[in-house]
Amino acid sequence: MSVIDSVSLPRSLRLPRIDGLIQWIVPLAIIAIWQVASVTGFVPTRVLPAPSDVLMAGWKLLLSGELVRNIWVSFWRASIGFLIGGSIGFAFGLANGLSQLSAKLTDTTLQMVRNVPHLALIPLVILWFGIDESAKLFLVALGVFFPIYLNTLHGIRTVDPQLIEMGRIYGMTDGELFRRVIFPGALPSIFVGIRFALGIMWLTLIVAETIAASSGLGYMAMQAREFMLIDVVVLSILIYALLGKLADSASRVLERLTLSWHPAFQKR
Amino acid sequence: MQTAVRTSLPETELASRVNFAPHARIVREVQTSGLPLSIRGLRKSFGSNEVLRGIDLHIPAGQFVAIVGKSGCGKSTLLRLIAGLDKIDAGSISFGQDTQPKDIQPEDIRVMFQEPRLLPWARVLGNVEVGLGRDRTSADAHARAEKALAEVGLADKRDQWPSVLSGGQKQRVALGRALVSSPRVLAFDEPLGALDALTRISMQRLLERVWRDQGFTAILVTHDVAEAVALADRVLVIEEGASLMMSWFTRAGRASAARPSLRVWKARS
Repeated sequence: MSVIDSVSLPRSLRLPRIDGLIQWIVPLAIIAIWQVASVTGFVPTRVLPAPSDVLMAGWKLLLSGELVRNIWVSFWRASIGFLIGGSIGFAFGLANGLSQLSAKLTDTTLQMVRNVPHLALIPLVILWFGIDESAKLFLVALGVFFPIYLNTLHGIRTVDPQLIEMGRIYGMTDGELFRRVIFPGALPSIFVGIRFALGIMWLTLIVAETIAASSGLGYMAMQAREFMLIDVVVLSILIYALLGKLADSASRVLERLTLSWHPAFQKR
Repeated sequence: MQTAVRTSLPETELASRVNFAPHARIVREVQTSGLPLSIRGLRKSFGSNEVLRGIDLHIPAGQFVAIVGKSGCGKSTLLRLIAGLDKIDAGSISFGQDTQPKDIQPEDIRVMFQEPRLLPWARVLGNVEVGLGRDRTSADAHARAEKALAEVGLADKRDQWPSVLSGGQKQRVALGRALVSSPRVLAFDEPLGALDALTRISMQRLLERVWRDQGFTAILVTHDVAEAVALADRVLVIEEGASLMMSWFTRAGRASAARPSLRVWKARS
């Protein structure tokens, strides 16, 4: 697993001002082609409404306040679930990375639980929590837990032992050693975990909201399906894509800020 | 590898290093801040493999000692024991005069390794500050680190990340980190082993200069005999862990060795 998933272009090929816009060319082109295809009737609106129709549907929902409310509910569930699952995963990752005893005690159990697809728990979760908020939070937290746990553990285990020895020679206490050597060393790996977790977070939330909810984006899409409002269905899907992109960008910014020492994140 | 190094150096070159060292060597008479070091009956085994079998050694304060030997002869083990990185099986290592063993502070003994072991996430100056040990939170920490950095000639790199430095520069930062606490014993474990030949020569000069300036007791483990001869007051050869054969090279280039492997140099001198 590498933190570097895109090789940056050599300087001669980079156009700094346009750089930020280049990534949007393909999505915009797709929308343009889609619009043309819909307007000319190549794609029947029954199958796929034109982007302009989707936009109109979005505008209407925005005016009624329904859109903002549903996005907010989903966003809230996602963040709280992420925070809960992420913190627990991080805590277990730390404990098992730093303590052999803790690892022996819990790692096997966690690996067994990990191999159960967490979405398979939906029927059970509905029985436990109904279609309450806690059901969604539970599922998101469970889904987010494992990538963060595994990558935190991996990050801590792979910190260069020579650096740890160096820290001890130079008289670092356990706390300092953690703060100055182990944690920064594990950070690139933790970020990999966070980005995996963000993907799982949306996936879990959407599935949960589609199956058992009375609000949120997934619920909005399911309701729209009931009433054959295909433009709203497509709208929800597009919003998922945007939110996912947003979460990923946020984690990239965080990565850039905290890993500025890393050769892969240095400005050239 | 070991023998290859030895034979690949032309004997004439070795002899020239001993005899015609460009910088005329003077026996040090300055007051030294170094600590003397006594090792008695030192033993160390790893499993059933006894690496060091009873080593006796006295290093006077401020001396520059080089320890050479084949790979796996136990020279690095000896260094790690001196630096307190591994536990002693039997025997003793004491610092200071025999009559009054010194209470040494951790900051008094520093080690420099073959790898620079810099924290990639700390700037160069921050890495040097690590070397202050418990003093790193003191008010003059910055100033001391900057001074050490200037000493190794990298004052202008203080705000760089280690990843942009060359191998030689990284090793100089590591040297600065080792020097910043003004150690009284400095142990080098193949510090120049990973550097190219030209960088190695300039690093040797740097090591010699800081040793002269600061007067610590220096213990250098190396497989490079020429390097040992170039830098040290005294060269020790460890063979098969048991015996320590000694050869003396004063800074004036006099050799008084009596082992076959060293006689080559003596014959030429």
